[in-house]
Amino acid sequence: MPAVRSTTLLAVFIVALLVAPLLLPEFYITLLDYIGLYAIVALGLVVLTGVGGLTSFGQAAFVGLGAYSSAYLTTVHGVSPWLTLPAGLLVTAVVAISLGLVTLRLSGHFLPLGTIAWGISLYYLFGNLAGLGGHTGLTGIPPLTLFDLEVKTGREFFYLIWAVLLLALLATRNLLDSREGRAIRALRGGSVMAEAMGVHTARSKIVIFTLAALYASTSGWLYAHLQRFVNPTPFSLTQGIEYLFMAVIGGVAHVWGAIVGAGLISILKQWLQDWLPKLLGQSGNFEIIVFGVLMIFVLQRARDGVWPMIARHFPQPPTRAQLREAPPLARRERPAAGAVLLEVKDACKRFGGLVANDRMNFQVRAGEVMALIGPNGAGKSTMFNGISGVDPLTSGSVIFRGERVESLPARDIARLGMSRTFQHVRLLPGMSVLENVAIGAHLRGRKGFVAAACRADRDEEDRLLFEAARQIERCGLSEQMHEPAGSLPLGKQRIVEIARALAADPCLLLLDEPAAGLRYLEKQALGDLLRRLRDEGIGILLVEHDMDFVMGLADRVVVMEFGQKLAAGLPEDIQRNPAVVEAYLGGVE
Amino acid sequence: MDLQIALLLGQDGLTNGAIYALLALALVLVFAVTRVIFIPQGEFVAFGALTLASLQAGKLPGTVWLLLALGVLIGVLEGSRAVRAGQLRRLPLIVLLNVGVPLLLAGTLIAVSPATLPLPVQVLLALMLVVPLGPMIYRLAYQPVAEASVLVLLIVSVAVHVALTGLGLLFFGAEGSRTPPFTEVSFAVGDALLQGQTVLVIVASLGLIIALYLFFERTIYGKALRATAMNRTGARLMGISGTLAGMLSFTLAALIGVLSGILISPITTIYYDSGFLIGLKGFVGAIIGGLASYPVAAAGAALVGLLESYSSFWASAFKEVIVFTLIIPVLLWRSLKTTHVEEQ
Amino acid sequence: MSPADHGNERTVVLEVDKLSVSYGKVNALHGISLKVHRGEIVTVIGPNGAGKTTLLCALIGLLPASGDIVYLGERQHGGRSVEQLVRLGMTLVPEKRELFAEMSVADNLLLGAFDRYRAGHRDSLETMEDVFNVFPRLMERREQTAGTLSGGERQMLAMGRALMAKPRLLLLDEPSLGLAPLIIREIFRTITQLKRTGVAILLVEQNARAALQVADYAYVLETGELALEGASRQLASDPRVVASYLGLGGRR
Repeated sequence: MPAVRSTTLLAVFIVALLVAPLLLPEFYITLLDYIGLYAIVALGLVVLTGVGGLTSFGQAAFVGLGAYSSAYLTTVHGVSPWLTLPAGLLVTAVVAISLGLVTLRLSGHFLPLGTIAWGISLYYLFGNLAGLGGHTGLTGIPPLTLFDLEVKTGREFFYLIWAVLLLALLATRNLLDSREGRAIRALRGGSVMAEAMGVHTARSKIVIFTLAALYASTSGWLYAHLQRFVNPTPFSLTQGIEYLFMAVIGGVAHVWGAIVGAGLISILKQWLQDWLPKLLGQSGNFEIIVFGVLMIFVLQRARDGVWPMIARHFPQPPTRAQLREAPPLARRERPAAGAVLLEVKDACKRFGGLVANDRMNFQVRAGEVMALIGPNGAGKSTMFNGISGVDPLTSGSVIFRGERVESLPARDIARLGMSRTFQHVRLLPGMSVLENVAIGAHLRGRKGFVAAACRADRDEEDRLLFEAARQIERCGLSEQMHEPAGSLPLGKQRIVEIARALAADPCLLLLDEPAAGLRYLEKQALGDLLRRLRDEGIGILLVEHDMDFVMGLADRVVVMEFGQKLAAGLPEDIQRNPAVVEAYLGGVE
Repeated sequence: MDLQIALLLGQDGLTNGAIYALLALALVLVFAVTRVIFIPQGEFVAFGALTLASLQAGKLPGTVWLLLALGVLIGVLEGSRAVRAGQLRRLPLIVLLNVGVPLLLAGTLIAVSPATLPLPVQVLLALMLVVPLGPMIYRLAYQPVAEASVLVLLIVSVAVHVALTGLGLLFFGAEGSRTPPFTEVSFAVGDALLQGQTVLVIVASLGLIIALYLFFERTIYGKALRATAMNRTGARLMGISGTLAGMLSFTLAALIGVLSGILISPITTIYYDSGFLIGLKGFVGAIIGGLASYPVAAAGAALVGLLESYSSFWASAFKEVIVFTLIIPVLLWRSLKTTHVEEQ
Repeated sequence: MSPADHGNERTVVLEVDKLSVSYGKVNALHGISLKVHRGEIVTVIGPNGAGKTTLLCALIGLLPASGDIVYLGERQHGGRSVEQLVRLGMTLVPEKRELFAEMSVADNLLLGAFDRYRAGHRDSLETMEDVFNVFPRLMERREQTAGTLSGGERQMLAMGRALMAKPRLLLLDEPSLGLAPLIIREIFRTITQLKRTGVAILLVEQNARAALQVADYAYVLETGELALEGASRQLASDPRVVASYLGLGGRR
């Protein structure tokens, strides 16, 4: 079994780490110490950049916060290093959260720009505050003591650094393989989908930004006590940029990429610093020319970095999540068949001067399929976005299960039991079908980040995955369950979206063109599925262009044109309605 | 602080502010057209100033080798593409443009001694050496990933910045340079002395801003750039390719950077890595304008110049801290103005 | 089935044979063959989601496609880009109009001639006069920014901008989209006028009746494949067209 083999590999790696200090000369131990310190920082960037799609050039400043906090408190106030660690982490968290809150509402590139500016300010602050020793820094930082043992030499520190790194690595891996981890991974697919599945994306973003900052701060604490003195130089923006280079070159989407990147850059730097000045006949840090060019090359030719090339030679980590039989998740109370689920009243949506929805009124009941049809540009998708909170209405009201929801964010509407699919499929192509569907069940779990990092969430995780698997089976995709969602044909991907929506245990399902791209038999299967759902009492609101499909399935039809309701009624009446024929085929003069 | 000092600081602030404003405009332009956050903008400032200084010192500036190297790279890339597409007729032009012209320039510099040339010719030579690096860097570093996300483009920018800084050290050494002033004139305004060079910087910046305005409003190429910024697909359908727009906007940005460098090098000593901080101050201005509004960006940059100048008087050690911390309230203000999170 | 011999004696501007487009593993278009002659309006009609826009995007090089496209007698191989095709006189009026919203009507039109300007033609002011003759409304609005125009005027500007390039083949994507019937009639009257200038027009429309009235020849596109073709007049009365739109059954 591949899972066993990957555990064996990990064990081999740990044994190698244990014996390395006994065999290697001092120089290599020091190098490995630094690689470990850098890798801890780079690991934070893997989560932030590779997984979450955000980035920071200011990680060196967070390292500095950790280092200076400890240096200052231990030398000036004589605090024990074991207390300065949490103190440094606290300072770091406060700064990271504030910076995150300030930039998160803006487009993604303002966060990195903010980190550049903040990295520079902090660097100058370190260098100019008299209390922090100015540019000469602080000296005489005490070593770490563990019981009566002093952790002092590079060899002793080696074990501490790599133990911390391994712990952080495993915690990160655990976190990413959990309910909150899926939410973090969903950030890359855009916040619209994640929010519609109930994920509080702003919160997820702040959490990973803070997590990356905390890793950096920990690395800084270790650094301060290894070096026993600090000055501003290693916390400059240049170093911050180098951390990002490590993560990207190592493989920004993989936790192991952090170690590979930190190792490669550190070794390359050593080597270039020896050779380049000789070659160029001048002294200076010319290695940055090579790093810059290498980085451009990696981004152009191998954006996944080096790790995937190495991983190819190892047994593949388990691609299939462990599915265990688990007790079903609690289900929400369902309204009786025929009860009004959704009521749209006088809904209007304007984009500047354009009226996309104009006084729309209709209802959807539990246990019926209601189709919304109309020519291109009639405003159907806009209506969907208004109902589901993705793009709120300009005026009018939406009442869902007795509650006004038109001004609620999408995630709160999802919580009430409305779930949707998208016209342009929004799946995470690299994630398995199972994991994609499990995102739909996000709101049915409770366990948070800490529980996930320590694996205290396994019972719930089993139940979530088992539920996702059940929905996939129900939609007829069992065979593709463990394949990456992006490898499926588009029609099947639409079905995955339906399974994901069903995993939320909805009472109302909004389907935007579910039959597009399906073949005849697949359409029939989809029709059968939707009929079964209807019989279970779910209300379905459907936008669809395939008229055969709509007319054979819908209980009632609403036709839109120019944002307005043109007609409403039973399918057979709609097909004979001259105004509808006119709208579709165009008027005759 | 008495009035005289206040005026002096104000004069300093406005001079730097004018330069930051120019850079801010270039940054907004490049971002609007190509979605590239042009971190290496500052390197063009430093390269411009230091190339001019090298020429005046009678040295062959290292930028000429960079120009030649990038030219050969592009020649090989474009040449092999032309060969693969079977368009052998294009080969001579490609070689001439990318390799021939830099060679010619290098030959001229070796043949004549640039130190003896009149100042305007030296400035022109500096422009010819450094400005083409802008579009060349676009072609090599950015164009292959032109469709990537803003984030990837930003990381490329940082990589280009890092590489150029290293090259700057290689070409110009760690020592700074200051070029002689363009004019020795000075005016007495009340008690204060107004330096002619200061006036020149402000007038030249204003002149450049007006020239840019006319370019965007009156010429079809300027309009084409604005069109690309507004609607990429629409522009492509008019035959305005993303590559053309990218090269053009990078040329302008490089031109603005180099001119800024030449303008301030008589006032401040420029080191190989000075450009970065200068460029970033332009950035603070550009961010005040949300990377979108030209007038707000220019005004914001002028404000940065003044703030820097006055804070250097009150708390000179914390000058940079104050300027770059300004970005936090600015971001907060922009964040509160934004109604919802943009997707891509 | 080969495209019928409509307008045989005139020059073929565009000939498409077995064109296919796929997104990933999905075939969006499959085996499309069609022909457009000089001075002819050919329409491709079909319901939403049939692949009409995809067809135009593939023709102008916005999407990669397989199959043969012969334009002006030259086979277009893989590397053709939008810019090259624009240079050769192919112009697309896209479904979303893609105007330069913050620029004046006049500047939008001027940019329509950008490529001609680059190629050395300095006649854009005269061309603009011609466009104003076709769309007098644009003349009135010339100083207004494009973003402030009404839906119909936007469509006129999009078409006017395309005409500034003096195209040989005009690709029109749903010019009636979102427009009221009266304005649709005006737009289609203009399309008929354009035909007289000798330009070849490929008109993609959901509004079948309007399209069939102005076109010489028509194809019906249904889920990525051509289902029907024929002279417009014949198709206008073909009950199968209505069926394919409203799902009245009987087609499988």
